[in-house]
Order: sequence, then structure tokens, then C-alpha cells
Amino acid sequence: MGIIKVTVIDREGQPHELDAPTDMNMNMMELCKSYELPVEGTCGGMAMCASCHMYLESDTDLPEKSDAEEDMLDQAFFVKSNSRLGCQIHLADSMDGMVVRLAEVGS
Amino acid sequence: MIETDILIIGAGPCGLFTVFEAGLLKLRCHLIDALPQAGGQCTEIYPKKPIYDIPAYPEILAGDLVENLMKQAEPFKPGFTLGERAETIEKTDDDKFIVTTNRGTQHIAPVIAIAGGLGCFEPRKPPVANLADYEDRGVEYIIKDPNFYKGKNVVISGGGDSALDWTIFLAEGVANHVTLIHRRNSFRGHLDSVQKVMDMAASGKIRLVTDAEVVDITGEGKVEGIVVDHEKEGKINIACDHWVPLFGLSPKLGPISDWGLSITKNAIDVDTFDYSTNVPGIYAIGDINNYPGKLKLILCGFHEATLMVQSAFKRIYPDKNYVLKYTTVNGVEGF
Repeated sequence: MGIIKVTVIDREGQPHELDAPTDMNMNMMELCKSYELPVEGTCGGMAMCASCHMYLESDTDLPEKSDAEEDMLDQAFFVKSNSRLGCQIHLADSMDGMVVRLAEVGS
Repeated sequence: MIETDILIIGAGPCGLFTVFEAGLLKLRCHLIDALPQAGGQCTEIYPKKPIYDIPAYPEILAGDLVENLMKQAEPFKPGFTLGERAETIEKTDDDKFIVTTNRGTQHIAPVIAIAGGLGCFEPRKPPVANLADYEDRGVEYIIKDPNFYKGKNVVISGGGDSALDWTIFLAEGVANHVTLIHRRNSFRGHLDSVQKVMDMAASGKIRLVTDAEVVDITGEGKVEGIVVDHEKEGKINIACDHWVPLFGLSPKLGPISDWGLSITKNAIDVDTFDYSTNVPGIYAIGDINNYPGKLKLILCGFHEATLMVQSAFKRIYPDKNYVLKYTTVNGVEGF
């Protein structure tokens, strides 16, 4: 397929439907940054900073969280059962129609 | 007052390489960093992670890269002010800058190179509405002196090594009572510390509350208790004298944002001719700067540092001519 549709809801509640390439080895953090959505991605995608915290709002089947991702979520705030780190969601064709919401950032 | 030619704010890879390039031009450097050790993010966040895009190193661990940069800078005897944050800057009558840290250490130099990366690492603060009212009134983000908690009732939040280690330490005869609160029931710390905390909880030596987070602080003018939101049990009040949230560090641009520099999206605007900012004499290199086409890569920072010191040389010695010399021909002549 190559390109899927992903919706990102920003912190003001505004949805953004994005074209997401699945053949560029990209993750959700990078996709948001490429569209200049307000995601920090401080550590660059190593699951080491929790600044790309987002919620999975659709019933898209994602791979389980790794220990590293779960551990890093310990340093995030407003963590819920559907919390994920965007950098650990590697875009794949099966994610077409996925909806995520950007989490609030702490101070 | 510490005097130098180039005062570098930030002792990460870019700042460290600046020492080398400046040294080749016989310019001395001093570095300030808020962290207690050199290396910036490489040391603080990912020392054991491999980096693959440093020219001529197919693979190098971030920690080893910093070690090598320190070795490379060593002949030029850089000075360090570590564990202090560059706070204020003022201009002197003879066109120099005085930079003072949060602990009052003063530095003077004709050139400032800001190599601050993502900014200074500061404790992550949990989003509790009245948090600021209780800072230093029972809320601490760092445990500086454990004796401060002698005989007190302490609540610690977090799931990493610092939360576990301090829980164990304070519960061993320092504090009167320790409660550890964590958002889930597994911990990411070292296995033996996790086991120890579990044992202490089982024997009643500490109180362990998992699947919960602190949502409110109570007390008149100081912390007298906290309110925890538990996944199953709802709100729980816990009386305490101190709450210590330990959620790691995150970088903030910090006081530099008040230095009169032109800033776009948390990065300092520079001219790519020499990476100068809008304030003559202040340069910005590495991840902290912004220009069209900017890439936040260590290798780009090295390039920026190299060009920047040429311009710094001209500022410090306007009447001297300089010819680029190759290290292969001249070697490295230290101070």
C-alpha cells in the first residue's frame, strides 16, 4: 500500500488526517513532527524521554508495549490504559484508519 | 572570577569538540553545565546506546564518544563548572560578558558559545494543580541530604531506581515512615531493589501503594498530606510531612531564553556564516540553534563548532591574520 491514513487529535481537540508512509521506516512521533504537530520527541525515538506520549483512540491492533516503553511511561504524566509512546508505534499498513490523541504535557 | 577566551555553555559533545577546535587556534575554553558530569544527553540519557553516524566510527557508544571527546580536548586543559546552571549574562564596558551561575560562580569571556543542546535538565514535575504552592514547603524533586527527612513521614512517587533506592534508604532508620506510590505494580529499577521494596512492603516496614497517582496536596502553608487516586479504591488521603516526586529529568531551555537572543521554537536563531546570534559575541552551536535546513545531529554540531571558533578568533584578535593549519602537519600542541 505505501500510504495509510492516520488521524492525530491535537491538544486543542482538533483532528488532523495525515498521509502516513509505511515504507519509510517511520514511527508516529516522527510522522507528527513531519507535519509540525506539537510532539517533542526529545530523545529522538529511543523510548527514553516520554515526550511523545499519546493515546490510542481507535481499536487498531498494535504490537504489545515493550518493557522499555512501559518503563518510560512511568516518567510520563496523565498515563492511561491506552497510553503509548509515539516513537514505539512503527507505521505499518495494518494501521490504516488509526486514531491517536496527543497527551497533555507536564511542566 | 573565572577568566577564559571562549565560555561554553553546555558540556555535551558539541561543547567538548569546541575546546579542541578552539585549542588549535590557541584559544582557551571553560565549560558550564547544569549536570554534574560532562557529556550532556549522551551521558545523561543514553550512554549505552550505539551511534552509527559519526564519520569514521561505524558504531560507537554515546558514553565512549564522550570519553574520546574528553581525551581529544585534554591537551587544551579546559576548565569546568559542573552541576551549576548558567543563569545571567551581563556585558562589561570592554565588550566582554560575565556569566553567573545559579550558585553565584562568575565567569568572564569575550566570546560565549551556547552549546546547550536541548537546554538544562530539570526534574519533571507532576501535573498537580497546587504543586508550586508547596515547593520547598514539603515538596522536593531531588533528595540532597537524606538527614533532612530524619523522623519525618515521607511519600515518594515514581517507579525507577531513584524512587526505589531512596525508599529503601529512608526506610532504614532515617524517616519515621515511608510510603511509595507508583502508577503500576511493576517497577523498572534493578531487580534486587525491586525485591527489597516488595519485602519491605510485605513486612510492613514501608507502605506500598501501586496502581495509583498523587492528585492533590493538602496542608496549611506546608505539606500535611497528599491525596492519591487509586485505580480501584478511588481517593485515598495519606498524611505526610514530605512528598518527593521522582519522575526523572527533562530538558528546558531555561534562563538562556531571557538573554535577549532571537529564539524560534525553543532554538536560538543563528547566521550560518559563523553561527553567530543576534548578539555580537554570542554564538549558538549544536542542537540548540536554528537555521534553514538545520539538522539536530552531532556531526553537524562538530562542523558548526569548527566554523564558529574561526569567527571567535577574529573577534578576540581583530588584528591578527589566521591561516588554517592541518593537524597532520602540525600535530596538536596543547597548553
